Amino acid sequence: MTTQTEVPQRRGTPQDSGSTPVISVRRLWKVFGPKADQVPDSEELCGLTRRELMDRTGCTAAVRDVHFDVSPGEVFVVMGLSGSGKSTLVRCLTRLIEPTAGEVVFEGEDIRQADDKRLRDLRRRKFSMVFQHFGLLPHRRVVDNVAFGLEIRGMGKAARTRRAQEVVELVGLAGYENSYPDQLSGGMQQRVGLARALAGDPDVLFFDEPFSALDPLIRRDMQNEVIRLHHEVGKTMVFITHDLSEALKLGDRILIMRDGKMVQCGTGDELVGAPADDYVREFVKDVPRGDVLTLRWIMRPPADGDALDGPELGPDVVVKEATRAVLAADKPVKVVENGKLLGIVGDEEILAVVAGQEGGA
Amino acid sequence: MTVAVEKTEKPEKTQAVEQAAPVKSVRKVSRSMVVAAILVVWLVLFLVLRGKQTLALAAADLTDLHRWFNDVNDSIGANRNSNPLFLYFFNEIRLVIDTLVTFVQELISQPSADRPVPQIGWLGVVGIAGYVSWAVGNWRVALLAVAGFTFLGLQGLWQESMDTLALTVSAVFVALLFAIPLGVWAGLSDRFNRIMTPFLDFMQTMPTFVYLAPLTLFFLIGPASATIATLIYAAPPAIRITAHAIRSVPETTVEAADSLGATRRQALMKVLLPMSKRTVVMGVNQTIMAALAMVTIAALIDAPGLGKTVVQALQSLDVGTAFNAGLAIVVMAIVLDRVTTAASGREEAARRSKNRFLTWRRPLLAVGAAITTVLIYLSHTYVWAAEFPGEGGTGSAISSGADTVTTWAQDSLSGITNAFRDAITNGLLNPFQTLLTDSPWWLVGAALIALGVVLGGWRAGITTAVCVGLLVGTGVWSDSMTTLASTVVATVLVMLLGIVFGVWMGRSALMDRLLRPSLDAAQVMPPFVYLVPFLALFGATRFTAIVAAVVYAAPVAMKIIADGVRNVPATTVEAATSAGCNTWQIITKVQLPMARGALTLATNQGLIYVLSMVVVGGLVGAGALGYDVVAGFSQGQLYGKGLAAGLAIVLLGVMFDRITQAAARRTSA
Amino acid sequence: MARQARQWRVGAAGIAGVAVIGLALSACGGAKVGDSSSEAGGSGSSGKCGTFNIAVNPWVGYEANAAVIAYVAEHDLGCKVTKKDLKEEIAWQGFGTGEVDAVVENWGHDDLKKKYITDQKTAVDAGPTGNEGLIGWYVPPWLAKAHPDILDWNNLNKYAAKFKTSESGGKGQLLDGDPSFVTNDEALVKNLKLDYKVVYAGSETALIQAFRKAEKDKEWVIGYFYEPQWFMSEVPLKKVKLPDYKAGCDADAEKVACDYPVYKLDKIVSAKFAKSGSPAYDLVKNFTWTNDDQNIVAKYIAVDKMTPEAAAKKWVEANRDKVEAWIK
Repeated sequence: MTTQTEVPQRRGTPQDSGSTPVISVRRLWKVFGPKADQVPDSEELCGLTRRELMDRTGCTAAVRDVHFDVSPGEVFVVMGLSGSGKSTLVRCLTRLIEPTAGEVVFEGEDIRQADDKRLRDLRRRKFSMVFQHFGLLPHRRVVDNVAFGLEIRGMGKAARTRRAQEVVELVGLAGYENSYPDQLSGGMQQRVGLARALAGDPDVLFFDEPFSALDPLIRRDMQNEVIRLHHEVGKTMVFITHDLSEALKLGDRILIMRDGKMVQCGTGDELVGAPADDYVREFVKDVPRGDVLTLRWIMRPPADGDALDGPELGPDVVVKEATRAVLAADKPVKVVENGKLLGIVGDEEILAVVAGQEGGA
Repeated sequence: MTVAVEKTEKPEKTQAVEQAAPVKSVRKVSRSMVVAAILVVWLVLFLVLRGKQTLALAAADLTDLHRWFNDVNDSIGANRNSNPLFLYFFNEIRLVIDTLVTFVQELISQPSADRPVPQIGWLGVVGIAGYVSWAVGNWRVALLAVAGFTFLGLQGLWQESMDTLALTVSAVFVALLFAIPLGVWAGLSDRFNRIMTPFLDFMQTMPTFVYLAPLTLFFLIGPASATIATLIYAAPPAIRITAHAIRSVPETTVEAADSLGATRRQALMKVLLPMSKRTVVMGVNQTIMAALAMVTIAALIDAPGLGKTVVQALQSLDVGTAFNAGLAIVVMAIVLDRVTTAASGREEAARRSKNRFLTWRRPLLAVGAAITTVLIYLSHTYVWAAEFPGEGGTGSAISSGADTVTTWAQDSLSGITNAFRDAITNGLLNPFQTLLTDSPWWLVGAALIALGVVLGGWRAGITTAVCVGLLVGTGVWSDSMTTLASTVVATVLVMLLGIVFGVWMGRSALMDRLLRPSLDAAQVMPPFVYLVPFLALFGATRFTAIVAAVVYAAPVAMKIIADGVRNVPATTVEAATSAGCNTWQIITKVQLPMARGALTLATNQGLIYVLSMVVVGGLVGAGALGYDVVAGFSQGQLYGKGLAAGLAIVLLGVMFDRITQAAARRTSA
Repeated sequence: MARQARQWRVGAAGIAGVAVIGLALSACGGAKVGDSSSEAGGSGSSGKCGTFNIAVNPWVGYEANAAVIAYVAEHDLGCKVTKKDLKEEIAWQGFGTGEVDAVVENWGHDDLKKKYITDQKTAVDAGPTGNEGLIGWYVPPWLAKAHPDILDWNNLNKYAAKFKTSESGGKGQLLDGDPSFVTNDEALVKNLKLDYKVVYAGSETALIQAFRKAEKDKEWVIGYFYEPQWFMSEVPLKKVKLPDYKAGCDADAEKVACDYPVYKLDKIVSAKFAKSGSPAYDLVKNFTWTNDDQNIVAKYIAVDKMTPEAAAKKWVEANRDKVEAWIK
């Protein structure tokens, strides 16, 4: 693989209007501590900072009033530093942690209303999760680990082994099916975790910081693997990370959390181009902007003296990719969408981004 | 104190971070200062109030509580034939257990039906031992098992050993039947764990002598009582370790199973149990060891086996014979220990060695089973394979060897040992004991509670207060204080030895390999075997009792500290070496401070083990609680007092356990 | 697959091989278990005696009584004797639960007699053993020889300083022993105004070891002891004379100031056993011998390290006349 694949390919963002969201989260709260359920209802307590809430009630609000939608086939990334509540959030979505208040609607069904049996059924058929520390069973071979979810569903041995074998090959572990987890490297162990999640053919995959424990090189391989799998199987994914570059690389949309609250939710170029506040701005400061921003973010309305016969590019072309074309042209490039002129991009705009002059502001 | 207050009162914002360190050190100093202050106040008040309100109770005196215990005991005895609880509950239990033990005995140790010998003779048992050890462990332990069991025969103790084995196997089997489910439950539920813990503490620290006699009322004299006495003492380790094993399964793995939609049952059967299997086997190991430690005590209620040989030999002070039988117990313990340890690691080892051997395993197992079957058949049919040949010449040689060594030691060492004994007794034990026994009870109680609060926090303080109150209630306060003095001195000696040898073993693998078998032996060798020579050396004194406790408790402390030292990260030691530390500096500045957790655990376990030897101490001159328990076991009218003394031992144990654990949590936090 | 099959074949061959070896071994095998059983099964015909459960308390003198009675019951009466190693308390409990038929050397134990004979009526007295039990304070022979006046309690205070140890807190040490025995020693020391402190050795083993060492190393030891006791044949301890025992002088435990009474050691049997008509009951009832007799058997066991059975056999063969009197 070359570095080319690392550059985010703007996948046609599939959240076209009309498709109903797979997951729809409304006013979600998770409060730990005594009398936790009173906090979301109390106007006054809701307004406190996390620290104040701790001092007043002894409660910790890990997730505070979060809402978002995830569209089918989307890769939705939740990003935040440690303690921001992102891991709690993803566990609330499958009720591995019981939310305190709010709604989690999955394919039109409020998961919080599901009884144990229904919830188990959902977990067995619709969701699956990949964990930071893998959570593999050391006493089982790779193929048995992969087949574990199917075994729990009650699938027969022959059938589940066959299916597990397919998935093992899909994640590139062919030849290792009879090894035990502790004989594999961290990256390979996480491939097993990934295969286990895929084996049940779920509708949604949840990833809880799956690559944080891995070496940088292996992490990159695994990220590419996820991108590849997303192309091949097209699952909806909810991906938790603390690494902005990972978020930008994988995510169609990114939700930034801080102290349990949503700070901003948008596409990568939205975060970089229009940070909601200083926190996000600080976060995205060091991002190579040319890799993320699209022409839409740097174009300017054509002024009177501009020549309007330059080459045309789409508004969603990433700056980095447009650089050569813009600099090679002796006239400003026109940004055109559906035949309509949105703006123009000249050498200065490009250079400002590439040279980082616009950054930090 | 005022300095500290002043400092914290005007914290400037910029200094807040810098101050964190000095404030902490002030607190540390002040804690040891507070301890010192408590001791000084105690000493001063002691000098003023000496001899008042000491709650002393003469050896033959009883309190109302003791008499009430006696009455309860008597009424149980009087009603046992008419009480439905006995007719339909205890009797049923007894029948089941008796049947089980008798079945195992007829298999391997006792003549059965119309045969003059058991169903399986020595050759069969050795064959089974080797085969099973190989199947669950590896060929090395199989060899050890064959050699060990053959050695038992050569000692001339085949039948006795098999009786002990039968009883141990039955007791461990019944214990595990309850212990593993209870342990799993305690592992899953915090609530149940909290309820269970005091019971386990009670079962492990209550001296067996206290319930030995009542047990024979409930379950009659015979295998059932012996088995139940053994399992009361032996089950708690399995329960605790199983619970611990379940708790230490990584949370992610359980979560992963949940996220795949596993039911509770599936999570338990497919994740928790398989993943804790290895640790649970270590629990089984500990249960076996504890059961073997009960062999001699169970002999007092007619439990057959090696224990009887030891007890009878000691009636005539026949150290040699007692040692021979004790050695048989040690050999059996080492074999069972190594086999279970190997069993717990087998799966992993097999996984590592990969398929080469694995594919051959099944046919080999079948061949092994066939050989074993033939051996069993031979030993069932032919006399030479049924009864161990020879007269046990090895055993006689061992006996006379042990006798010679004992006599030599008694003759040539007594001058040195007496000086040592007097130094410890007069320099350390007597002053400390006087302080404890001659202070008014409320002063000692207040000092203990204050120390509990300072070292362990408020909760530990409350526990201490409750324990002190109950100790006063038992009516044996003064004896408790005498025992406490010896216990503390013994624990100090245990820790000294533990640190010296623990560090040595932790730093040198060779030393570890050399010492470990002797440590194992010291833990399972019946104490009386080595106490007879000690009695000759030190006389019937509190010091002899302390030595007995040290011999029993020091191995545990050494093992724990050795592990702690070994677990200090190599990089830290490397960093210290590269900074130019010499060996002494590495030990005192790096390895010991970093093994602090292990040191606290060693203190805790050392104390508990010392307390479990209080009764043995009572048999060799310690007096106080130990003697009360022994006398209560022997004389009907002292039964209640013995029970109260047993409770007092439990209370002392609980008190120290909670204080040291809380202190450990505080220092590590 | 083929490989696995080959392994199985190897395995099967192995099993077959083992079986062949096994058969070969059994062909030249030696005596079979059933063959010799008739002689090993015990010589006496199992008469109408049935099973006889005899408690064995943990001291050698008792062991001697029990061994001789058991030997005679087995060989002359054809009983199936089961010995049960038990402490006294538990042995007496066994009368009630029906697991013990006889206790063949009982030292006083008025409390147990009251409980089991008078109150529960599960046990009955079966007469004296003929042995007399002495309890008192003893010193090693060298001390009695070197300082003959020590054998009178009036002189004890004179030597108190000599008996000082690390345990006795500045006073002389009076070593008390076996927790099984009731002692009045604390009261005695107080009431006789002796400058001694009672120290509890805690076991017979500890006591014997103390006296043995005292005699060998010429150490000063005074302690509680009793006879008949096998140790007396190794080190003949000398008894210190205390104020004479008079009936009732030990009635109030607090105020005791006299010697221990001479115990007529006796036998106790369960009420059921006494009514059973078993010849073993008559044996127990008739059994009586002297302190010397017991000391001989005890010496065989403790000093000569014979098994109790062998010791009993030796004595019974040498004293057939006494035995005949018991079983007539």
